[in-house]
Amino acid sequence: MATMVQAIRMALHYGETHLGVTDIFGEDVGPPLGGVFTATQGLKKSWNSPLDERGIIGAAIGLGLAGNRCVAEIQFCDYIYNTIDLLKLAGMQCWSSNGDWNLPMTVMTPVGSGIRGSIYHSHSFDATMTHIPGWKIVMPSNPQDAYGLMIACLKDPNPTMYLKPKALMRIKGTEPIPGEPPLTPEGERQLKEMIDAPLSARESWKPKWPDLTDYTVELGKAKTVRSGEQITVVSYGRTLPLCAQASDQLKEEGISVEVIDLRTLWPYDWSHISESILKTGRVLFVNEDTEVTNFGEHLVRRTVEDHFYSLEARPRLLAGEFVPGVGLADPLEMASVPQLGSIMQAIREVVQERA
Amino acid sequence: MEASLRETEKEKTRTRSKSEEFRFRLKPELLIRMHDFMVKSRVLEERQIRMYKQSDGYFWIGGPGEEAFNVPLAMLCKKGQGLDYDFFHLHYRSAAIMTVLGLDPADAFRQMKNTATDPFSGGRNFSNHFSKKEWNVVPVSSTIETQYVTAIGTAIAQKRHGGSGITVVNGGDAGSAEGEFASSLIWSSRPGNELPMLIIVTNNEWGISTPAKTQHGDSRISDRGKAFGMKTLTINGNDVEESYTHLKECIDYIRKERKPVLIEAKVSRLYGHSSATGCNFAADEEDCLAVFEKRLEKAGVLSRAKMDQIRENYVKTMLEVSQQVKQEPMPDPSTIYDHVYANQKGRYW
Repeated sequence: MATMVQAIRMALHYGETHLGVTDIFGEDVGPPLGGVFTATQGLKKSWNSPLDERGIIGAAIGLGLAGNRCVAEIQFCDYIYNTIDLLKLAGMQCWSSNGDWNLPMTVMTPVGSGIRGSIYHSHSFDATMTHIPGWKIVMPSNPQDAYGLMIACLKDPNPTMYLKPKALMRIKGTEPIPGEPPLTPEGERQLKEMIDAPLSARESWKPKWPDLTDYTVELGKAKTVRSGEQITVVSYGRTLPLCAQASDQLKEEGISVEVIDLRTLWPYDWSHISESILKTGRVLFVNEDTEVTNFGEHLVRRTVEDHFYSLEARPRLLAGEFVPGVGLADPLEMASVPQLGSIMQAIREVVQERA
Repeated sequence: MEASLRETEKEKTRTRSKSEEFRFRLKPELLIRMHDFMVKSRVLEERQIRMYKQSDGYFWIGGPGEEAFNVPLAMLCKKGQGLDYDFFHLHYRSAAIMTVLGLDPADAFRQMKNTATDPFSGGRNFSNHFSKKEWNVVPVSSTIETQYVTAIGTAIAQKRHGGSGITVVNGGDAGSAEGEFASSLIWSSRPGNELPMLIIVTNNEWGISTPAKTQHGDSRISDRGKAFGMKTLTINGNDVEESYTHLKECIDYIRKERKPVLIEAKVSRLYGHSSATGCNFAADEEDCLAVFEKRLEKAGVLSRAKMDQIRENYVKTMLEVSQQVKQEPMPDPSTIYDHVYANQKGRYW
């Protein structure tokens, strides 16, 4: 019953012990803090860097070019924007050198709303990141996928971007991570004692890692988390559990909702989505990044181009409002990004529409 | 009579001074090799410029005027692949470095002409944007100064690996205003984690059309390294002997101490910024090759005739090679998706 942040930490530990990870670094990533969300506590290869995002991404590129395997963290994705040209540079190393160089490196960064993070701790990054070719981009929605997607990133010979939905960092898994204690309250307590650093006396603390094994979620593979007949809902990250919840609740209204967890944003699993749309004839894409030039807009375009004559209603996108930031006050945050209510309402509208 | 004797003595003194002025401390064999590389690189780039002017390529940018610094630099480096060898994070004025490392001029012309056979980018990038994994030359980028932060990573890996391999990064004076330059100073001097980096600024006192003196208040760029406790120096990069001597000392220090050095080399920009500014010879700039050749001749190391012959041979060879390259095919449009990802061929999705 690991939380998502524990799952990420365990995957990184698996990486440093089995996959040749040489460096896990960024601001406050090393001891004593081990990351502002504790994702890097107790890791042997973790270290603190200067407060310099461009230096962090640049160093990661250099480590990758040197044949090392690193994971670099940008503390919040709100602070990754000043590295855009370096992300572009990383994404083109293989292409611009005509295949002479490849660049194995992973960048992870917390994204999205949900912790009342105000203007500069609530941004999303999927819309911007999916504009940069040469990267593989993932965003998990549960601890088991968080573990398996991280391991997939660490095995890939290309730049990989691991987006951590911060609202889900403390959710508990319902599916086991290979090697973790039993999924019981006792197992949960046991794991916490093993790998969560105490609040005090951290200098002498050492984690006791479970006997972790390989579990890889193949990049580019989506997963159907709810089966349904009337509409396909495609989401990822924070909004995915809300979509699953909406599916469960709408059953009572007689609406059958299929929910797909995209998991990998690039390369995305179009055949999986496509098959579902052809079955239901209706589709809603849900994410919380701002709605203009949103990644979901691309998926809508693909839907129109490939399945226009098979659709029974207009394809829809439910995304964040196109405002400069997410306001701190509770009503402001709730109104800025999709919530359970707005997702359910959007599903009803698509299902009720008659073409 | 006495006055006449005094005049003779004076003349002797003048002659001696003049002779000493041209005397070298380095051995003739080394000087001759460096001269050969400098001429080869200069002629190669002048051929590229001619190619541009004859519409054999869309854009030229390069580094004529930096040979007196770049040739000794590359001669002092360890060429090879992997952490035991030196890594190069270069800017686009580094043809002389590549020439010393073993650049095939045909390859430079292939990139100039954007042919499918261009081994550095397959016709995708500008001239002098080299990339060669076999020699640890990471892809040169048009982004100004990003090389100063990618260099941090290879240097971290080399520090951890041990041995004597170092990371070499170069860029221009205008780009030292970018944040990455400051990043390289900070990251290379983290207490207890100092990095084996040779941080180079070739200072030609221009940023495209903007004179440095109108934008930079720092009297010496190298002084910025002093705040980080690193070894720093500013040298005359137009003097090949001074460059060789100082670079050897710096590189030996980095290999042994595993700590950074910031070196600022005052150089010339002999053909302007790029073809965007006409790429015509700048007669008002000091030509390091002309200065060197004058000394070589006066010191009796090489005759004018011999040096003319060397240049003529390269001019002839480069012309022939460039003419062959012109016949080579352009990239096939179907290849645009190749290598977006490792081992990828064709459209991925």
